[in-house]
Amino acid sequence: MKKFFTTMVAGAFAAVSGISAAVADPVKVGFVYLTNPGDHGWTYAHEVARLDVNKHFGDKVETTYVENVPEGPDAARVIRELARQGNEIIFTTSFGYMDPTLKVSKEFPDLKFEHITGYKRSGNMATGNIRFYEGRYVQGVVAGMMTKSNKIGYLASFPIPEVIQGINAFALGMRSVNPDAEMSIIWVNSWYDPVKEADAAKVHIAEGADILAQHTDSPAMLQTAEKAGVHGFGQSSDMKAFAPKAQLFSSVNNWAPYYISKIEQMMDGSWSTGDGPDHWAGNTWLGMADDYLVLTEFENMPADVKAAAEAAEAKIRGGYNIFTGPFSDNQGNVILKAGEAYHDGNLWNDMNYYVEGVNGKIPG
Amino acid sequence: MISLIPRKDIPLALTVMTPIIAIALTLIVGAIIFATLGYDPLQALYQFFIAPVSRPDQIGDLFVKACPLIIIASGLVFCFRANVWNIGAEGQLILGAVFSGYVALTFPGLPGWAMMPLMVIASMLGGLLWAMIPALLKTRFNTNEILVSLMLTYVAALLIDWIVRGPWRDPMSFGFPLTKMYEDAALISRIELPGIGYLGQLHWGVVGALLMAVGAWFVLSRMLVGFQVKVMGAAPRAGRFAGFSPSFVTVMVLGISGAAAGVAGMVEVSANIDQLQPDISFGYGFTAIIVTFLARLNPLAVIGAGLVVALAELGGDSAQIALGMPKVVTGVFKGILLFMLLAGETFNRFRFEIRLPRSAAVKLTGGQN
Repeated sequence: MKKFFTTMVAGAFAAVSGISAAVADPVKVGFVYLTNPGDHGWTYAHEVARLDVNKHFGDKVETTYVENVPEGPDAARVIRELARQGNEIIFTTSFGYMDPTLKVSKEFPDLKFEHITGYKRSGNMATGNIRFYEGRYVQGVVAGMMTKSNKIGYLASFPIPEVIQGINAFALGMRSVNPDAEMSIIWVNSWYDPVKEADAAKVHIAEGADILAQHTDSPAMLQTAEKAGVHGFGQSSDMKAFAPKAQLFSSVNNWAPYYISKIEQMMDGSWSTGDGPDHWAGNTWLGMADDYLVLTEFENMPADVKAAAEAAEAKIRGGYNIFTGPFSDNQGNVILKAGEAYHDGNLWNDMNYYVEGVNGKIPG
Repeated sequence: MISLIPRKDIPLALTVMTPIIAIALTLIVGAIIFATLGYDPLQALYQFFIAPVSRPDQIGDLFVKACPLIIIASGLVFCFRANVWNIGAEGQLILGAVFSGYVALTFPGLPGWAMMPLMVIASMLGGLLWAMIPALLKTRFNTNEILVSLMLTYVAALLIDWIVRGPWRDPMSFGFPLTKMYEDAALISRIELPGIGYLGQLHWGVVGALLMAVGAWFVLSRMLVGFQVKVMGAAPRAGRFAGFSPSFVTVMVLGISGAAAGVAGMVEVSANIDQLQPDISFGYGFTAIIVTFLARLNPLAVIGAGLVVALAELGGDSAQIALGMPKVVTGVFKGILLFMLLAGETFNRFRFEIRLPRSAAVKLTGGQN
């Protein structure tokens, strides 16, 4: 899979490198990170993509990043400073930078801003996101087939649309192969808190869960799974090194094609914030079909599970809409009938329930 | 045996020289560390101390960063002078933000002249009430205010977290934990200097912070309550003979510092964040403790100390942006700076004496006989 992706991108690189060769001064590109690349998750994936940008453009771009920027007034100051230092396009890589990015984008109308995972835009501020939930559907298929106790433990960060989409996609995948499996959610209330994540994983295991999944960023859950002899999925980047026996696969966020295409658009003048009612969730909201989300090798599972996982992956890559009916919420209310499907706007506006197979209710 | 002997008369020259020597030592140690890690030491020091204040707008931003520190430390000076250890300013700050946020979000239609004063009063009330918990537990049950105030910080953090996720969440926020944006009347505006325009993000809250530091100085040095605070801190027995009530002083200083921290929370939200969110302070309540000691518990010196600590913070960002220096290295350097300044302060107030332990001395004489 990874190899496939590399050849794809390498081909794309070769095709476009001729265009950008005309640029003389390096274009300065800024990145703002929530934690540091050592988190082995979210920020690490962004750092890998930044290095890919360097590799792709060579001396045509100069990238700068600032790490550990809290989601508050400091963010605006750091973004502003990057703007003043001559960065022509600035990527802010966490939801909490939304309003600070918006504020600064208005102060620097000539520069371009790209905010990751938010929903606000301005004339020179676009948004980008990955369809993380697609990988979770495949995780659900694997979990549904692998579980013996029929109990899946899931760590969630915050009850926001992105996370609810992930939970429901996982459950739909799980129920597509195992109508008896159920999943329980523990809200960690943090994106990155290895201690809390490990504790929550222990609670799930104590309650009988034999497969763990996460919508948090650290490898702590998988490390706990490894010690307890259960299985789980890595998130954002490949976490195999932390749990060689426990990891079934990781859903890896591949931001490189997004960064590269946006920088190229800026260079050739075609950059825009786009519009359209369904795209406000992200001007760029792509998933597995475009290699924005990449699954690592399927491991530690029997051949039939692996085959099912590969089939599910191929189906999504082929354009299958995960949120296609029939399905009901966990109270028994029919959400979509057979033949109906959600479009992107529904995912953000209407998904305020858990689908069948998920225990409990959304907090707040 | 090394012992610290308090100096009776501290010469002025020493007081002036201590911070200079401390900063010089920081520069030397810092340069060695930077060079060892492969950074140009002069360039690194430039990024830390000069680059963050090389443009007028950055000087404005320096004051903005120092603003909450100065406000909180102006209140903490009272506590620490009275030997009352309020470690929970962070929580009091959050309560101040929540109370003022209640005013801003519940009465969005208030005109500016009513909104601002009401928000300030609400924030003071919020911080004060939160500080009253350790105060009353201490005076009534003799609990330890360090533990109580510190632990209430975590309670406060969970409280605001719950509020912005639940009851006060903006229905239009797609489930994200944010309240509505404040109306303009509830926002602190930036200062427009005649002929110059805006100075970075410099806002009126900074003026308030400076006034609070001066006010704290006036109360401590010119008013009876200030005298009471000092006496109860330095010589509680003498204070009791003079008829001062220790309980009253404890309640008062915790109240003052709580109210000040509350104002800091309101200013931070109304000037910089414009809405409530789960994280509104990033350790200002704790950093302000360092600022207070750096200022030798002197409210006027709090201004300078706040600016120094803010500069170290901004310098860390600038070194990251310009040199790609990791945050951990900038953190270490910041730590060295504070360590040197506080160590210098200790050398200033105490002199060192190396004495042999008495038992060893006895043995020594015994051997001679």
